[in-house]
Amino acid sequence: MLKKRLIPCLFLKNGHLVRSENFSYHQLLGDPIAQVERINSWSADELIYIDISNDDHYDLRRDDKKIKSINNIYDIIERVSKTCFIPLTFGGNIKTIEDIKERLKRGADKVVINTLAFENPDFINEAAKVFGRQCIVVGIDVKINSKKEYEVYVGHGKKPTGFNPVLWAKEVEKRGAGEIFLNSIDRDGTAQGYDIPLINMVVDAVSIPVIACGGVGSFSHFIDGIKEGGASAVSAGNIFNFTENSVIEAKKVLKNAGINIRPIIKIN
Amino acid sequence: MIAIIDYGLGNLTSVKNALDFLGTESEITNNISKIEKADKIILPGVGAFGYGMENLKKLGLIEVLHKEVIVNKKPFLGICLGMQLICKKSYEEGEFEGLAWIDAEVIRFNSESEKLLVPHVGWNEVVCNLASPILIGGNREQTFYFVHSYYPDVKDKNLVVGWCDYGVKFAAVLQKENIFAVQFHPEKSQTEGLEILRKFAEIHSYA
Repeated sequence: MLKKRLIPCLFLKNGHLVRSENFSYHQLLGDPIAQVERINSWSADELIYIDISNDDHYDLRRDDKKIKSINNIYDIIERVSKTCFIPLTFGGNIKTIEDIKERLKRGADKVVINTLAFENPDFINEAAKVFGRQCIVVGIDVKINSKKEYEVYVGHGKKPTGFNPVLWAKEVEKRGAGEIFLNSIDRDGTAQGYDIPLINMVVDAVSIPVIACGGVGSFSHFIDGIKEGGASAVSAGNIFNFTENSVIEAKKVLKNAGINIRPIIKIN
Repeated sequence: MIAIIDYGLGNLTSVKNALDFLGTESEITNNISKIEKADKIILPGVGAFGYGMENLKKLGLIEVLHKEVIVNKKPFLGICLGMQLICKKSYEEGEFEGLAWIDAEVIRFNSESEKLLVPHVGWNEVVCNLASPILIGGNREQTFYFVHSYYPDVKDKNLVVGWCDYGVKFAAVLQKENIFAVQFHPEKSQTEGLEILRKFAEIHSYA
């Protein structure tokens, strides 16, 4: 039987690993390579890297010279893919077909497109045609707006689109998305748990896998995302950065809850 | 040296990285004389079947692959689309002829039946009931990473050495003499996947 996936999501900003909160506050955490080497041996099922560089917010401790920065996203892809034999997905700053090609050439397996997918939906069709649907993950960031309705936001959660997430999810599926990476802006970094109604409505609307993200503060939230939300995969950022042995511990919790997941692999 | 066939499709780097990690010499290439000199051949690939065949044709690789694999019997490993391309025919976005080394038709998962999500993405169990040099023996269940919407419907079930279940039981591992093929991505299936590549690298000649 197909297993549910547990996917750490690492946010990068100007070559640093950062912690995100409501898509706007970014705390610097350190070297993205060292972190991924730990995660790989901890039985993660996949990894998602989202590069959020070049936005107009500044990093906390940005000038800390003690933390080495790797400025080029391609260097990060190359270095990660040499030691990490699980699927690697990279998102952020993708503008052209060439950008995808270059990421795949360096060792990425899939890409996340988000703002570009909204600004130019034909790009989804084109990318799916060139690289195959399985390669194209469409990121959908959702916020509850002032009218208390779910709305899709783009541009790192800053630009409202007026689009309902269900309609947008159906549209991206029709155009060739292979998976949806669904993130809740309101829950990001809050540790309150997933936005279950949001996950539910998107999962029900499409026949492609939905990866849920945003809000995980305890391992039991992963259970909710799968059992109540119906997500094919559960993702989170912060919890994996701040908790020791987090992937192994999370998998134990999922297994004990009766969820079919890949067993923990012991590396000798 | 293992030749990793570059036909413009798929994450070739991942396969190369995995072989590098195992200390196995390999080269990503579409150079005919290099393919002729290689001891073994890997045909990786993700993407559409028709596009894949078209690229193999354009690069003039069909003849050399046939010569080295069918005539000279070099060990061959097809991965994902590389497994599908060695089949007779595929119905992905039309109807396309394949390399036809295996009597099989490549068909789509039926997403209408129950709520089967397509593509089939993620880690799934493979039951290996027949022995094969690329598999760890003993009827063991192993978990590998899959990402595909189509699968080969193989006529001769004796060629299927590993089965996977996703709404339908399908061939996850095939072997016909020197021809090996896997529908999953061993290069992305961590330790159990690397083990398959290691065993393939250790195979002796079939010639």
